[in-house]
This record gives sequence, C-alpha cells and structure tokens, in this order.
Amino acid sequence: MTALLDVAEFSKLFPVTAASSSFSSPWTRLKQRFQGGPEKLSKVHAVDNVSFVIEKGETVGLVGESGCGKSTLVRALTRLIDASDGSVRLGDRELTLTPAREFARDPDRARIQMVFQDAGESVNPRFTAFDAIADPLCRLRKIGGKTLRQRVETVASQCGLPLQLLTRFPHQLSGGQRARVGIARAIAVEPDLLVLDEPTAALDVSVQVVILQLLQRLKRELGMSYLFVSHDLSVVKLLCDRVLVMYLGKIVEAGPAVEVFEHPLHPYTQALVAAVPRFGEDGATRLRLTGEPRSPIDPDPNACRFHGRCPRGTHDCTTAMPELRQFGAREVACHFAEEFLPPAQAKA
Amino acid sequence: MITANNNKAPALAVEGLCVEFRTRSGIVRALDNVSFNVAKGETVALVGESGSGKSVTAYAVMGILDPAGRVTAGRAVLGGLDLLAAKPSQLAEVRGRDIAMIFQNPRTALNPIRPVGKQIADVLIRHGNVPRREAPVQAVEMLRAVGITDPARRAKAYPFEMSGGMCQRVMIAIALAAKPSLLIADEPTTGLDVTTQAVIMDLINDLAGKMGMATIFITHDLALAGQRAARIVVMHAGHVVENAPTKELFEQPRHPYTAELIAATPDSAASLDELAAIPGSLPDLRRGDLPPCRYSERCPRKIDACAQQPLPRPEPGVRHFTACWNSLSQAAGAPVAAPPTESAA
Repeated sequence: MTALLDVAEFSKLFPVTAASSSFSSPWTRLKQRFQGGPEKLSKVHAVDNVSFVIEKGETVGLVGESGCGKSTLVRALTRLIDASDGSVRLGDRELTLTPAREFARDPDRARIQMVFQDAGESVNPRFTAFDAIADPLCRLRKIGGKTLRQRVETVASQCGLPLQLLTRFPHQLSGGQRARVGIARAIAVEPDLLVLDEPTAALDVSVQVVILQLLQRLKRELGMSYLFVSHDLSVVKLLCDRVLVMYLGKIVEAGPAVEVFEHPLHPYTQALVAAVPRFGEDGATRLRLTGEPRSPIDPDPNACRFHGRCPRGTHDCTTAMPELRQFGAREVACHFAEEFLPPAQAKA
Repeated sequence: MITANNNKAPALAVEGLCVEFRTRSGIVRALDNVSFNVAKGETVALVGESGSGKSVTAYAVMGILDPAGRVTAGRAVLGGLDLLAAKPSQLAEVRGRDIAMIFQNPRTALNPIRPVGKQIADVLIRHGNVPRREAPVQAVEMLRAVGITDPARRAKAYPFEMSGGMCQRVMIAIALAAKPSLLIADEPTTGLDVTTQAVIMDLINDLAGKMGMATIFITHDLALAGQRAARIVVMHAGHVVENAPTKELFEQPRHPYTAELIAATPDSAASLDELAAIPGSLPDLRRGDLPPCRYSERCPRKIDACAQQPLPRPEPGVRHFTACWNSLSQAAGAPVAAPPTESAA
C-alpha cells in the first residue's frame, strides 16, 4: 500500500488573548503593545507534534476526549485552518504551503472531503438536498445542467437517499436522511480521503447501524480512505483498521484497532476502554480516571501530558516526555508500556 | 407490575400515565398508558430511541411539562401523594425535597449568572432546613461529596468557568442537597466523554446507594443502562413495551423491539455486518388511527391480534412484563398471557 496522506511533526497552536493570560490592567497592556514590549503570548497547544500516515483504502479511527485536539487536527488536515508547523502531504502534494483561503479553490480540494458531525446544522438550511449535493460539484467539477442532475442522482442513490427527497429542505428530512445528504455531498466529487467527524453521534442506534453499513459499503465500492473521528469506541472497533488515540494534543497510542482495544498499552487507552459500557458487565469495579486534564496552555514540554491523572505514573513522568515507541505493529508513548505487554511480545 | 423486590414498598408508582401535546398540526399522543414502579433504593432505567417518551415521562412526573402538554389520565404516587393531581403549592414542596432531577445539559440547566455554591445553598435553605448562615458551608461540603477538588474555591465559580463534567457534578450536588427519596437522571452523561461518563455514573450510583435513594435513569444507551440499573423499562412511541430485571432482559428479551434494539447496539457484534438495523421508524403520533400496538407496523412477528386487541396490561406481581401478543418468550417456554379470543373484544 502507498501512503495517501502523510502527516509529519504537525502542530497547531492558538495564541491566548492577552486579557486572559495576564492580570495587568488594560492600560498597561495597551502601553506594552505600543512600546513593543515583551511578546510573550501564551499558546494553547491544541495539536502538538503529531505524525501519522493514512494508507490508500485504509480506515483510520481517531479517538480521544473532548478538548484533546481531534477536531483541530481534522480541520487542519482538511485545510479549513492553517497549520502552525509541520507538513501534511497528500500524495506528492505538500498541502501546508497553500493557505486555507486559497485551497478552497484548489483543484486538490476535491481530494479531501469531510462529513460533519451534525448534518442538520452543517447543511445550509436554505439549500434543498439537491442543492447541497450539487454545490461542491458546481464549484469543484464545474459541471451544470443535465450532467449535474445525473451526477447528483447517481450519488444520492449510492447513499440510499430516495430521489423524491432531493427537493426537500434539511428540516423536512429525518436525522438518518440528513446524514445521508451529508455523506452524499462529501462523496459527490469522488475524494481520495473522506474525513468523518462523529457522523453518527446525533443518531439513534437503529439508524446508526444503517449509516455505518452504508459507509462501509461506499468505501468498498469507491476505494476511499477514511479518517473516522469518534468518541464511541465500540463503533471505531467495528469500522476501523487502525486507530490513533489522542490525549491533550499528542498521540499516545496507535495501532491496529482490535489490538489496541483488546490489549491497550497506554494507561489512558486502558482507562478509555474500561469506561465503555458493555452488556452484562458490572461497571463499578473497573479502572477510573480521577481529576481533570491538565491545561493545554503552555504545557511543560518535559512532562507527560497524562501525568496527574495517570494511575501508573511516577515522578519520572514529570521530567521526561515519553516519545512514541514501536511495539510490533503499535506505537505507544509511555515509559511503562513494557509492563502492559503480553508476555510473549515483551521479549521481542 | 411490581419491582424486582416485591417486599419493598414502591418509592414511585406510575399507573396508566397518558400525556398529550396540542400542536398546530394536531394532538400528539406522546404517552399512552405508561405504568411502572420504582422500589426504594432501586435503580430503574428508561430506555428507548429519541421520541419514545422517556423524557416526557420524567417531566410529567415532575410536573414540568411544556404548557402545550397535558396529562389526560393516570397517577404517579410518591409517598402517598399523587403528583399528577397535587396542587402547585404541594408540588413546590415536594420537588427538590422528595424528588429531584438531573437534567441532560448541565450548562443550560444551571443558572449562568450565579456562583455554583450559592445555587446549592439556595436548595439547602429552601428544602434542606438549613439555616441561611450555615448554607454556604454545607454547600462546600456538598461539592466535596461529589468529588470536586478545592471545593471552597470552586463554590465561588460560575458555571462557565467549569468543565462539562464538573457542571454535571454541581447538578448532582444540587439534586442531592435535600436528600430526596427519588432521583430522576435524564441522560446525565450525554455530551460527556466516556471516561467522565464512567466517573459521573459511579458517583450517582454511589451516592444513591448511600442515601437509599430510588433512581430513575433515562438513557438511550442500552449498554450503559444494563451496567447501572437493576431493572430496565423499554419504551417505544409512548408505550412501555417491556419491563424486566436487567439480566433477564439481556439474556431473554421477550419483546421483538427489545431484541432488535440489542442487536443494533455496536457492542453486541463482532463485525459491522452482524449488526441488524431496525426497519421503519416511529409512527406519527398525531395519527388518529394508531394501531393498539404502536410497534406493529415495524414488527417482524406481527399477528392479527396486534391490530385488533388492546395491548396486555401489566398485572400486579409480574416480574417480567411484555406488551406483546406474540412475544419471543413462547419459544423459551415461559408462561405468557394468552391473547384474548377475538369474540371477546
């Protein structure tokens, strides 16, 4: 397999407004600004030095709690915002060189498409389903008239959207139908990579199943790669080949989905897996995380981000940031990953 | 119908609850004959898809239905008082003191312009017989009890200064401030991370256990309900379709809808192809010609009786109730009420 998307040492920092970073009076801050005082704006490290690869035809899951930087990463990859540092290569093309504004009209725009979280809110309420699906085709493929109509209808039926619903507005569609519009709109321009940001979060289980099966079928038929962002681990396990676990802007564990969820090596992944409710299991006895995540504003570069909530962590974790290390098919960023390895693998 | 513990008196008995909403496009029969009991110290989960009437049930019991909604029949008895017939002044006494609710979205449910410590103190003063002077101190203690670190400082914080998980802890502290006998938790962990969800659910279970509180836990997550509740009430389109002890429900679901709901949950399958979708969707509750069983139009096991006979009613003393004329229990050999002969109707 060849790499479709190669993300290397990618970072995205957001400056924190001066008002919340210092307690000086507005007058002092104004004076500082005009006198060119010390430029020491704090930064939120939303995504910090992240590297990974998505192969052609692969489904990669991205999991982590809210605020861990999943959405920032995804927005930067889909070129909705600009990166602070690092590179994102799509095939041979380096994407970070093109500013997000210009990329919107770039021919490669069609190669990465996104399905947003809540189709009810991400589809223009004044567009009918037809308009919503046709919009990217007009803009990126520059087609119109009969060809456009045909293409929209083909895509709609691929997504299981009855053609008579195409004249409806989003509020006249059910949740499942809206999700189909969101997916149809994204695959209309035949992307190589489809980024799905919690596509089933707003749906009931009965509808969720249908949408997940639709996604799997589309992937097989169209040969796309997926980056699937979700907080529902049981869904990720079913749909994804590989999974990336993020914690406070860092990837803490990566590897084949089944392996990661059956034998998590990073303490955070372990807590995450333990927190998923399962049928016929008593939830009270399992691993729990205490406390709140650390602040992502100017974090200590020499401390593990998970320290403080980690059940395993020692004092060493505050002096050395664990790097991602290879364990077979997996990568784990923890000083103590060896302890959690199954005995057979530990020797290798 | 009776709870798993027959010897215990029910903390709340809901009988034949019917709720209607008047809308511009007709009357929506949101709840029809909903009955269930919650025993003292027991956790009962209300489970169902969105639109099945879980939250409406809770709102009706609390007396906080939308003005368009109306209780047309039924009783909800809490400690001898029928909440549905009670005067507003009586309800105001009971709410907060005997019965408390945790709402779905803590950020919108908390008062945004009042420090959280004061919001807890308000409840203590109104319902907890705590002198005004001592209330702030006890509020800090409550915050400590729900596991907030540095409670004295946090008591002065406004909701926007706290994370979602912490706001939910504050909601729990407010709900439990007056030590109610019944707690209604309406999707208390929706919008929280799984790790936070686990901790919050531990907290609710733990405190409920300590205080001997009965809990109604509303959720759409069947797996979570299975983990936390002793008994599960499955709702569909305003009907209670099945009411059974948790273990029994998962091992031998009797209502076809329950079985399909379990089969559709991702956790139950090893691969995506194994998951089974539930065909169809909820019926339009504005229709005048709704069949007696509102699931019958989606049901694979539909028989003639479904369209003709009114649904079986729960009988007192039944541990496992199924509102179905052709339930899955026949195969398992469990006794089931025979459908009445057609001439009887």
